[in-house]
Amino acid sequence: MKVLVAVKRVVDYNVKVRVKADNSGVDLANVKMSMNPFCEIAVEEAVRLKEKGVATEIVVVSVGPATAQEQLRTALALGADRAILVEAADELNSLAVAKALKAVVDKEQPQLVILGKQAIDSDNNQTGQMLAALTGFAQGTFASKVEVTGDKLNVTREIDGGLQTVALNLPAIVTTDLRLNEPRYASLPNIMKAKKKPLETITPDALGVSLASTNKTLKVEAPAARSAGIKVKSVAELVEKLKNEAKVI
Amino acid sequence: MTILVVAEYENGAVAPATLNTVAAAAKIGGDVHVLVAGQNVGGVAESAAKIAGVAKVLVADNAAYAHVLPENVAPLIVELAKGYSHVLAPATTNGKNILPRVAALLDVDQISEIISVESADTFKRPIYAGNAIATVQSSAAIKVITVRTTGFDAVAGEGGSAAIETVGAAHNAGISAFVGEELAKSDRPELTAAKIVVSGGRGMGNGDNFKHLYSLADKLGAAVGASRAAVDAGFVPNDMQVGQTGKIVAPQLYIAVGISGAIQHLAGMKDSKVIVAINKDEEAPIFQVADYGLVADLFEAVPELEKLV
Repeated sequence: MKVLVAVKRVVDYNVKVRVKADNSGVDLANVKMSMNPFCEIAVEEAVRLKEKGVATEIVVVSVGPATAQEQLRTALALGADRAILVEAADELNSLAVAKALKAVVDKEQPQLVILGKQAIDSDNNQTGQMLAALTGFAQGTFASKVEVTGDKLNVTREIDGGLQTVALNLPAIVTTDLRLNEPRYASLPNIMKAKKKPLETITPDALGVSLASTNKTLKVEAPAARSAGIKVKSVAELVEKLKNEAKVI
Repeated sequence: MTILVVAEYENGAVAPATLNTVAAAAKIGGDVHVLVAGQNVGGVAESAAKIAGVAKVLVADNAAYAHVLPENVAPLIVELAKGYSHVLAPATTNGKNILPRVAALLDVDQISEIISVESADTFKRPIYAGNAIATVQSSAAIKVITVRTTGFDAVAGEGGSAAIETVGAAHNAGISAFVGEELAKSDRPELTAAKIVVSGGRGMGNGDNFKHLYSLADKLGAAVGASRAAVDAGFVPNDMQVGQTGKIVAPQLYIAVGISGAIQHLAGMKDSKVIVAINKDEEAPIFQVADYGLVADLFEAVPELEKLV
């Protein structure tokens, strides 16, 4: 089966972001960018499905700025076969991305689409579910285990009280949770080989997709600062403070 | 304005998360209706009718809605949403699973995990693991929103007397099926609703050592949480994880034991009223947010703490 994987270029998860002084957003100039961690897990899962002989071709797609080519090359180095960049402005809303991905799904006709459960910048946790709605496919969100059995997909999902398993008809949409797998590192020979793999760039216009949104960000602020408190010397002092000063026990 | 709240429920009654979501709806203003979708949910509907401030409870009781599969429940909500200005659900795994599907079917953008209501169309929500707060305005005719439950004080679960109305045809997409579930059993309070949370990290060393935290938690009437490091190392099940990718908690007291305090963990607990850190590494980032820090070996400090409280 053909597997489509969506990846997003985001600020690296180790970076402590700073809000711009004019409150227009977060300062991303000269900040390290990487593939979203949940997307790495999505790529890894697709590669494992290929190694098991379940997937025949892995197409990786990103909707975003021209620089997202770096993240697509990373995915190619990890084992994806070819890449598509839908080149658009940065900071798109989830529905716009889902619409662009729907157009790519229509074109590529994959049996399985894997996305991360959320991007660590916008923290929306929406795109996979929206793509499932637009395509009419079943969805297996927050997946910690994925098994293809014939024409069905068994997905074990992380839910609030524990785990839940659902059986989905293919084609289907899966979004990854952190425990699905541990992504591999790209080796230098594979990084070199990835430079020769095909990377197609298309525009949303060519796909006939409008990126208009019903949401508008008015301002972005730093959260209320929480300052360091005091260090206590002993457990007895800690208990005394919690009882008499903070009054929480 | 009329607001539809999609109820979260467990054990035959509405879950606390629903009460926080109704509180958010009340801040928006207007009539609040609660939708209970599922199978054999008569008891849930009755408990929803008692929630203070709820004008009407809609019940969709059908085998198709068992286990609230999004492929079946989303079309139901879309059908009902036409009569509402806002559709709200708590940002639980169910809410996060279903609502974006509803939003896309309505062709509107969703606003995820709001922590405050500025006006009927403007809301605040955290981004970048809680390191920035965005104010977002929606121009959608029907605003689809998930609510971070720790951002709103729960309304009373008793005292209301809403009318209960049966609604909705059965939508069965037939493309997904429930196979089974494995729920973690615990006698302790639910993590996201607990007043006190005791959490352990990699410093616990192994799963067996979590017994020290369990006995401390039992004495405090607390829930037990964990960092991702503790979950990945297999010390505890993943539904105990607190953080950007796990659960968001804001208890009165959060005790972090053997947790370094990575950005992703802080995202899940830094709105706690009082934070206590017990760590033997004096340089651990957790001390930068802790109200009370104790630099000590947790294996000595935790049993002593249990003795003294």
